[in-house]
Amino acid sequence: MRAGIVVFPGTNRERDMAIALQGATGTQAVMLWHRDTVLPALDLVVLPGGFSHGDYLRCGAMAAHSPIMTAVRSFAEAGGHVLGVCNGFQILTEAGLLPGALLRNAGLRFLSHDCHLRVEREGTAFTRGWSAGDVFRAPLAHGDGNYVADRETLERLDGDGLVAFRYSDAAGRVDAGTNPNGSAGNIAGVFSRNLRVLGLMPHPEDLVDPLMGGIDGKPLFDGLVQALAA
Amino acid sequence: MIRQVDQALAREFGLTPDEYQNVLAIMGRAPSLTELGIFSVMWSEHCSYKSSRAFLRTLPTTAPWVIHGPGENAGVVDIGEGLAAIFKMESHNHPSFIEPYQGAATGVGGILRDVFTMGARPIANLNALRFGSPDNPATRRIVDGVVRGIGGYGNCVGVPTVGGEVNFHPAYDGNPLVNAMTVGIARQDRIFLSAAAGIGNPVVYVGSRTGRDGIHGATMASAEFDEDAQAKRPTVQVGDPFVEKLLIEACLELMQTDAIVAIQDMGAAGLTSSSVEMAGKGAVGIDLDLDAVPQRERGMTAYEMMLSESQERMLMVLRPDRTEVAQAIFEKWELDFAIIGTLTDTGHIVVRHKGRVEADIPLGPLAEQAPLYHRPTAPTPLREPLGPVSDPVGIEAALVRLVGSPDCASRAWIWDQYDSTVGGQTVRRPGAADAAIVRVEGTRIGLALTTDCTPRYVAADARTGGAQAVAEAWRNLTATGARPLAITDNLNFGNPEKPEVMGQFADAVSGMAEACLALDFPVVSGNVSLYNETRAPDGSTVSILPTPAIGGLGVLEDAATAVGLALAPDLDLVLIGETAGHLGQSLWLREVHGLEDGPPPPVDLVAERRHGDFVRARIAAGEVAACHDVSDGGLLVAIAEMAMAGDTGIALDVPQSGMAPHAYWFGEDQGRYLLAVRDGDALIRAAHAAGITARKLGQSARSGRNTGLILSSGATISLARLLAAHARFFPEFMDPAGPVKR
Repeated sequence: MRAGIVVFPGTNRERDMAIALQGATGTQAVMLWHRDTVLPALDLVVLPGGFSHGDYLRCGAMAAHSPIMTAVRSFAEAGGHVLGVCNGFQILTEAGLLPGALLRNAGLRFLSHDCHLRVEREGTAFTRGWSAGDVFRAPLAHGDGNYVADRETLERLDGDGLVAFRYSDAAGRVDAGTNPNGSAGNIAGVFSRNLRVLGLMPHPEDLVDPLMGGIDGKPLFDGLVQALAA
Repeated sequence: MIRQVDQALAREFGLTPDEYQNVLAIMGRAPSLTELGIFSVMWSEHCSYKSSRAFLRTLPTTAPWVIHGPGENAGVVDIGEGLAAIFKMESHNHPSFIEPYQGAATGVGGILRDVFTMGARPIANLNALRFGSPDNPATRRIVDGVVRGIGGYGNCVGVPTVGGEVNFHPAYDGNPLVNAMTVGIARQDRIFLSAAAGIGNPVVYVGSRTGRDGIHGATMASAEFDEDAQAKRPTVQVGDPFVEKLLIEACLELMQTDAIVAIQDMGAAGLTSSSVEMAGKGAVGIDLDLDAVPQRERGMTAYEMMLSESQERMLMVLRPDRTEVAQAIFEKWELDFAIIGTLTDTGHIVVRHKGRVEADIPLGPLAEQAPLYHRPTAPTPLREPLGPVSDPVGIEAALVRLVGSPDCASRAWIWDQYDSTVGGQTVRRPGAADAAIVRVEGTRIGLALTTDCTPRYVAADARTGGAQAVAEAWRNLTATGARPLAITDNLNFGNPEKPEVMGQFADAVSGMAEACLALDFPVVSGNVSLYNETRAPDGSTVSILPTPAIGGLGVLEDAATAVGLALAPDLDLVLIGETAGHLGQSLWLREVHGLEDGPPPPVDLVAERRHGDFVRARIAAGEVAACHDVSDGGLLVAIAEMAMAGDTGIALDVPQSGMAPHAYWFGEDQGRYLLAVRDGDALIRAAHAAGITARKLGQSARSGRNTGLILSSGATISLARLLAAHARFFPEFMDPAGPVKR
């Protein structure tokens, strides 16, 4: 699997992502600069976490207009797989590649702790390592992870099975008590209509090594390799 | 309006009449306004260490593993595999009182620059925070701003905040302490220093543009607060962590080339201190052309530009044939890049602006004739030993009260606002072990990191308290299995012109020095913050508790061997070290009796070392499942912390010793560790063979039978009750209405 990681000014989890990808693929991901206009031959484009352009204006808003995003959009439209984590998810919504938006956390504070995620849709390139209903742990670290969308969109996401993950407890219970940031329907991650673009707020890439507290995030990357290996 | 430069203005700038006379002697004429500004900041307490220098020289600063001690931007130690850890702690106390968010944020930014300016990628941040009493109406706002500021900056630059400490005490009501520490990693053969070299080489400015913010910040940090503190708001700088992130990446990219001759960040006293120090260390002269300085505002004067403390700026001396390479890198990162001067052989700093020479000062005398004061010291009277103290509440109630007290309560509310996992190398997150553990990317090496000080001990007996702060840092590193290497110190004290404050300083430093020597734990960097006191409208002053905060760094060859403090089922709990039941200055005495009385617990550095070396060897041998040092709150609080962290109960079985139970359980005797092991008897035999006191305290609950904490008396305190008490303080204090939910 050939993966490329886009670095915007202010991106700060590109190395975490590169380590997680290397663990799964055995090869180094290509680092892409936001001013690039052409993508090399890739199976996966990753928009990693961070504070692109300082989160000024609105999280992800300026990065969504970076030169490289034209190429990323074409890549997605041609059926390419795109993963956006945290700030990457915010950029994907700002770029219109995923529906909805991410507002300030309902508690108005930055949150950094492990959360549990319930897998809502199995069998995609991103979730083939899990079964629907599986629960895994991932660190979250964001100030703006409160997912919102209009009612119609939320109904469509539910109806079409485009919700990837919901915040839950370890047993898979999903309710207000397991919602860290106020997200509609506890949504932590969503797919595009063709299931080839995934955005999520938590960081599976930071839980791929037993030494760091677990390997709960590994199925995402191992699954991608199985699905996308050339 | 142009003010006339005279003694009155010099006084306003913080120079004494004698110091001003010396300026006149050096210059041979009245200085210009810009020159007076340069002298005043370079000779401020903050930049010149004029009151503390004589004492700082007594601290041990060398060891075979020390690569650079104090004198560089940060300390550098060898961690193996050709790598170096570069670290320092620095205060941002005064700004954080005036404007908590920006004060704390720029404190983080400043210490990050001290580390990456030496070529290191920052891999961890820590902090040591002291706030006023929770009962003081200002405290909540300050805690909120400081925590948001640290998070806002550290999270954005993508450096994990992995540890720290927090205390509350009324002595900090008008003067909180914000001490920030950064640790970075560099190759030993790629360390960058600040001594300028090469006559004719270009002096290059990179980073943010210069504005009028922070003018005279260093001078402000060198005076006590009065009732007009809020009027000093304009001297607080505003941080931009996004630019800092770009600056980190751009500098580290440039450091891959051979373009840099010398580099230094513009911290306190901005362009003045960076240019003066770089040229001074290199024994060269420097010409600056201020017209070339990137500016954010119109019409800035030379004085304003030289004194500005605008953030996120660096000064470099480059090889002349490499300026284009450097410029391209900074343009890629969308940062300003300007050649603003040249190195000369004049030995002077010459500042030109709009065709005029605004300053021309000989660098030698500016540095060499900086004031050095041997201020009078008065010893702190020793405290009478504490007489017998009754136990009015009982062991159970006292334990619940202690684990819920502001100084012991869970810090999760704070940690949850700091990104502790970015980088993907955080092995032990905040609260999981006595020190944070971060792996060095691409290696198995683990760094153990901690910050420590017990200010109430220092206030009662500065020498013992200084030694204790160093010993506790050493102990916290040891308790993870790490080999302690070195410390950075952040010495926060009151007004040095008061003999009793200077006495505290002198004694604390001598206690630290003694501990550093005994534990082979040298000081490699540090910072002094004096004048931490507030003047009330009635003219009386309140000094902070003397607070020599210690930032400790240790190394593990294999990060996987680090142990945490969480108790697990089916283990023996063994106490290493002597228990004498010392209640003087204990948290129990304060929380139960409302007293801060008696001497602090004595520190026996020989025993400390013997115990620590023994514990470290047992951890290295793989015999230890969990380890925790005994500190604030004493033995029972430490046991409760292990039980809570592991969500595992324990039955204690300690025969009556003749000592009062509350003294046994809550005394704060030093040099003690709790070890959870499979075979307690074997551990005790090994300890005895090494001449070390050890005893079994009990056994953790069997798997699946979580019984709570069972005291020797048979009384049981459920973990749920302890956890609830432990968790309550911060959320109730800080978010009394509860977290906002939809």
